[in-house]
Amino acid sequence: MTMDAVAGDPVESELETRFTELLDHYRGEVGALVPLLQGAQAIFGYLPQGVMARVAEAAGEPLSKALGVATFYSQFRLHPHAKHTIRCCHGTACHVSGAPLISQEIERHLGIHAGENTEDMLYTIEEVHCVGACGMAPVVMLDDRAHGKLTPDKAVQVVKAFQTVVEGSGE
Amino acid sequence: MASERSLIKPSPRNPRRVVPDVEVRICLGTGGVAAGSREVLKAFEEGFAASGVYAVIRPREDGCDGECASVTGTGCKGLCAMDPLVEVITRRDGTERKVMYGLVTPAMAGEIIERHIIGGEIIEKWLVRTDEGPTEYDSFYEAQEKLALRHVGVIDPEDIDDYLEADGYQALYRVLAEMTPAEVVDEIKGSGLRGRGGAGFSTGLKWQFAADAVSPDGAKYFICNGDEGDPGAFMDCSVLEGDPHAVFEGMAIGAYAIGASVGYVYVRAEYPLALRRLKIARAAAEERGLLGDDIMGSGFSFHVKIKEGAGAFVCGEETALMMSIEGDRGMPRLRPPFPAESGLWKRPTNINNVETLSVVPWIILNGADAFAARGYEKSKGTKVFALAGKVNRTGLAEVPMGKTLREVIYDIGGGVKKGKAFKAVQMGGPSGGCLPASLLDLPVDYETINETGAIVGSGGMIVIDEDNCIVDTARYFLRFTQQESCGKCPPCRIGTKRMLEILDKICEGRGTPEDIERLSAIAEQVRSGSLCALGGTAPNPVLTALKYFREEFEEHVVEHKCRAGACEALTTYTIDPEACTGCRACVRVCPVQAITGERKEVHVIDQELCIKCGACFEKCRFDAVRRS
Repeated sequence: MTMDAVAGDPVESELETRFTELLDHYRGEVGALVPLLQGAQAIFGYLPQGVMARVAEAAGEPLSKALGVATFYSQFRLHPHAKHTIRCCHGTACHVSGAPLISQEIERHLGIHAGENTEDMLYTIEEVHCVGACGMAPVVMLDDRAHGKLTPDKAVQVVKAFQTVVEGSGE
Repeated sequence: MASERSLIKPSPRNPRRVVPDVEVRICLGTGGVAAGSREVLKAFEEGFAASGVYAVIRPREDGCDGECASVTGTGCKGLCAMDPLVEVITRRDGTERKVMYGLVTPAMAGEIIERHIIGGEIIEKWLVRTDEGPTEYDSFYEAQEKLALRHVGVIDPEDIDDYLEADGYQALYRVLAEMTPAEVVDEIKGSGLRGRGGAGFSTGLKWQFAADAVSPDGAKYFICNGDEGDPGAFMDCSVLEGDPHAVFEGMAIGAYAIGASVGYVYVRAEYPLALRRLKIARAAAEERGLLGDDIMGSGFSFHVKIKEGAGAFVCGEETALMMSIEGDRGMPRLRPPFPAESGLWKRPTNINNVETLSVVPWIILNGADAFAARGYEKSKGTKVFALAGKVNRTGLAEVPMGKTLREVIYDIGGGVKKGKAFKAVQMGGPSGGCLPASLLDLPVDYETINETGAIVGSGGMIVIDEDNCIVDTARYFLRFTQQESCGKCPPCRIGTKRMLEILDKICEGRGTPEDIERLSAIAEQVRSGSLCALGGTAPNPVLTALKYFREEFEEHVVEHKCRAGACEALTTYTIDPEACTGCRACVRVCPVQAITGERKEVHVIDQELCIKCGACFEKCRFDAVRRS
């Protein structure tokens, strides 16, 4: 994405304003690469190449280093990401309580694998290590809301209910 | 020192003006929220409003005419299995009653208000705990002693006055007013406190090294490691969410002891609630002059920065964590130099774990001897364990060191779920191992557990039962460490990959007896050759599994059999025509429609379609589904 190409679009120019503020806030600060990448991803949903270049420039680092850092941490995404995230917890407690089958059923239900987006860009599935709700294992997070004590059956039901809410709200 | 200064003693700005007639305290930890506690909290607020009897008030801000009730959120109350947990305190005619209900739903709020709060009747069917008589859950609480978790689940973590009313920041006051940095170090040394993050190194000694180190420009750093990465461990999460000020207070005391004026709390990004509460707590503490410049008028300044991790398990390793704060890839480096000499930005740095820091104020207020009086041999004090997996009472339990595994799993945890047979307890996560039933009477202390090949680690205890395969469990941890290996040193980068391939092969039924030998040989090389603790301990889950459960590995490679029925390639499900009653329960539960059969006729599983999920096996009430 280049910023010039989107000038004039009010949504894009609002993002651009926020991004410029972010760059100015951290410019010249030592050790700011990670928070800059986090901030940029929060604005754009992922890290487009043009954004990466400007982050690197503001952090005073070569692009190669910014890319190295972005690919090192699992939080960063270099590709567009669907609007809603379904996080299947694969912590130990969830694993021994049946998380693999829960993931498998949710993947089957949405027709995508972990790490992929649905075609309508509404949902993506992520496999994560432990969300800290081990007492409720197995757990799936639908956006920021955790659902616990699931079975493969129940997991698909909560995902369906989530889809009804999302798609019912006109998205 | 104190005699020359006049310090401002911390006190609540808004002490409670009124003591409400009724207090409802609801767990708003991550586990509680997952169980629906936010909705329960709202239902209580609405229920009181609808009752027409009680006015809902905030006891620090509102007055009370007539009957008043308050509804507040707290951190984790420990017994996660029964979340949402709701504690109801009622005060009538000078007597106070405390009752805790479990598995509360919004629909139950009205009945609790009506029958218990207004009617004065304890609703037995939902009861978890009361002062007025025994309940089946008493054994969960009675063996515990809460030092690190003393406020978690009790106070409102988003209200600094709640913390101040519970003696908050009094330890920091005592340190600044009455103690020299060297006295603080001696006190912590004397307590015998050891790092709760896993390694178990003496906290006092660590502080001593950082205090003695000379910085070229005077700068030193104090870091709190909240990158709780072990899957299955959530004790630090609950401390950060439930008592964030205790962590800041512990940090400030440590910073004073070593001479640091800047600190960092590094928290993994997967803990958004902990991050939010830390930010709220920091702002409140700064506003009250309890963090920042010239704390309490003492001349001592300490500024805390909150760093959000970006998803890398290896960042729990202290040198990697510092690299990450510096904005780089979180890759460990060789020690020495240790962080105490040359750490963050090459300055003397001290790093402690969350639980370690949260207990520091308790030690200062109650004395090193009180802490050292608890515990076992060289492991003093208490430790928080996260009980999870196939145990009845999942949750957090803080016990004096030296309790046996059996006491923790059976007395506190209530034994194995669904009456299944205990197979092992996994301790120490990806750096630890699986311990069999024959070791259940070992005391939990650093030295004893180390001798078994596992580690106490950060305190995760995952119980696994007869339905879990030991080879699959070892593979699970290897897959984790293999994914999380930073790639810097070859023994870890390549060795864990090769080990994982062998474990995959065994789980898929393609293993040979030679694979077991090869696996042990590579494990030994990875253990001895890796640069940091991640690689050095990565083989532990495999080595302990081989040590205690070798026969299960041999069954996989010789008989191509998985006794737990967990390794899909080695398992088939069939229906016994003699036992099948044709009830269709399995047909309905099968997620892939692999089971066919009319009502009252024998059902059949299509092996081509079957994904071996075991749902039919679990569902069948007539033992007609066979696993082999």
